[in-house]
Amino acid sequence: MENLLITILLTSIPILLAGLGELVTEKSGVLNLGVEGMMLCGAVAALGSVLIFGNPYIGILFGAIAGILISTVFSFFTITLMTNQVATGLGLTIFATALTGLIGEPFVGKTAASLPKLEIIFLSDIPYIGKILFSNDILVYFAIFLIFFIHFGFQNTKIGIIIRAVGDNHDSAHSIGYSVKLVRWISTSFGGMCAGMGGAYIPLALTPHWSEGMTAGKGWIALALVVFASWMPIRLLIGALIFGGITILQFVAQARGWDVPSQFLNMLPYLATILALALISLKLRHNNYAPACLGKHFLGNK
Amino acid sequence: MYKNFLKIITFLSILVSPFLLTSAYAKTKVGFVYLTTPGDHGWTYAHELGKQMVKKEFGNDVEISIVENVPEGPDATRVIRELAKQGNQIIFTTSFGYMEPTLKVAKEFPNVKFEHMTGYKRTKNVATGNIRFYEGRYVQGVVAGLMTKTNKIGYIGAYPISEVIMGINAFAQGLRSVNKKATISVIWANTWYDPVKEADAAKVHIAEGADILAQHTDSPAMLQIAEKNGALGFGQSTDMGAFAPKAQLFASVNNWGPYYIKKIKQLKDGKWNTGDGPDHWAGNTWGGLSTNMLTLSNFSNMPTDVAKKAQAAHDGIKSGKLKIFAGPLKTNDGKEIIGAGKTLDDGALWGMNYYLEGVTGKVPK
Repeated sequence: MENLLITILLTSIPILLAGLGELVTEKSGVLNLGVEGMMLCGAVAALGSVLIFGNPYIGILFGAIAGILISTVFSFFTITLMTNQVATGLGLTIFATALTGLIGEPFVGKTAASLPKLEIIFLSDIPYIGKILFSNDILVYFAIFLIFFIHFGFQNTKIGIIIRAVGDNHDSAHSIGYSVKLVRWISTSFGGMCAGMGGAYIPLALTPHWSEGMTAGKGWIALALVVFASWMPIRLLIGALIFGGITILQFVAQARGWDVPSQFLNMLPYLATILALALISLKLRHNNYAPACLGKHFLGNK
Repeated sequence: MYKNFLKIITFLSILVSPFLLTSAYAKTKVGFVYLTTPGDHGWTYAHELGKQMVKKEFGNDVEISIVENVPEGPDATRVIRELAKQGNQIIFTTSFGYMEPTLKVAKEFPNVKFEHMTGYKRTKNVATGNIRFYEGRYVQGVVAGLMTKTNKIGYIGAYPISEVIMGINAFAQGLRSVNKKATISVIWANTWYDPVKEADAAKVHIAEGADILAQHTDSPAMLQIAEKNGALGFGQSTDMGAFAPKAQLFASVNNWGPYYIKKIKQLKDGKWNTGDGPDHWAGNTWGGLSTNMLTLSNFSNMPTDVAKKAQAAHDGIKSGKLKIFAGPLKTNDGKEIIGAGKTLDDGALWGMNYYLEGVTGKVPK
């Protein structure tokens, strides 16, 4: 049981990281559908750099940088040139899927070093939860830290409130002197960084390989999660754990011989995504969680 | 004078070659379709090694074209058709999912020969080639039965097709020949190659108490997870010891070279054929340990008496004395398949849609 819970936690980390990044991006009013593509870039950069330098921590760094770089392409098109965000985001994912396939070709079949587990003294000895929560690699702790960092940031810091202002009413934010475009560039880059790290986590901790399109839809799940969590970081954690749980559950069901078709179980995470989106959109008419300017162009010059 | 003579001969042979496609003097154009890039392990790499043997055998007498990374489905049809258009005389399609695409293109190019690997449908110009992977899996079962402490074996299958199911059943036969208490639980990955899913499945098997893992998928991810968690397992298609030096017990190694060479020779001699006809397995290429199309890598991470028993099973299958599917055989829900003294024939293996005793759960419908 303990091992299963650890596996579920680790499986949900990539979607959690990417989701947190996308949450910040969307809070600033930018809808970046390129999460899947950015994750792939992070994954291939992380694996490649670990193969070259031999150190898994370098992989996190390169994954983050790759995510930032590819997100600036998106920012340039949508924020500066004001292209359609949905189309550009989709294009980014399609482009990145092919690009990473090309870059990753020499890495096929090579094995990279994995992130070491860092046990926190005393805490990791707590029965039951100690091993699950306090004996993980650095990105797990980072992801948990990020949840509270973002939650706190949006509630209590000036920067967080500026980002929210830009996302909720960019004209007002502009009129009181904030640079809407700069804030959106930075938020999108932050989203890219998180998605890159989320992608990097897959080869660095889950399986030490590269295979084309290895994110296998995790980016789309992260996108849906942001809506599912109604733009709240702590709900995002719950959502990520549910999705990680379903992903693992399909294997558990088979190993225990439950009489359910495996294809159906394979479908579950995506089915849950669609259901979540449908339910949320029913409720969305009555709530004000969604950033009001999400996906809208800012026509001003700054 | 002699030089000129040679030139004339070469010139003439070039002129004539299009009319004498099967002439031994002409270059034979051979096409290969690969599921992934070969890399340095696994299914496609085993085919790549076979292709290298072809190159070595025929040298400049063959011209080889390869298309890598071809997804199973409509894309495959396009790629195979393109290879046929380019004038390849024999085309090897190296994955189960190319079956329908191969048949489709073969209809359009009746003069091109097609060799589809691991499929079961044949026509006038489509032959099939396969390896008796299940023979290696029986030996895996023997080793697993002797090595397991928890009596739980975790098996990762690609798709619930008879090819994979007969492997699971052979594994179960080997397992039960030495250990009646152990059971196999199966997780279907629904993919041939996806390191993330294979790793997830392996983690779940270990969390559920399995200490020996077996796979019918292609990546070394399962072995690496086993290595990390102190479990043991078997390599697939090629020796995967380098990925998991402490976890790999041995690997079943595919050896396609001799089959490729045989079929290309047949083509050059104008004797290419598909065997006995579409309903029989006997006339087709389905080689195992006895023809060296399947070999086992070195036994490691096991005591010598286990290795000896594994070797004995290997030798028994190779010599034909040990019959893997000898009766009495019962399914895991108690139905009798055959009684004592009988053995399943090849056709029955391809009709397997049940688990034998020793496997838990049901075959997905």
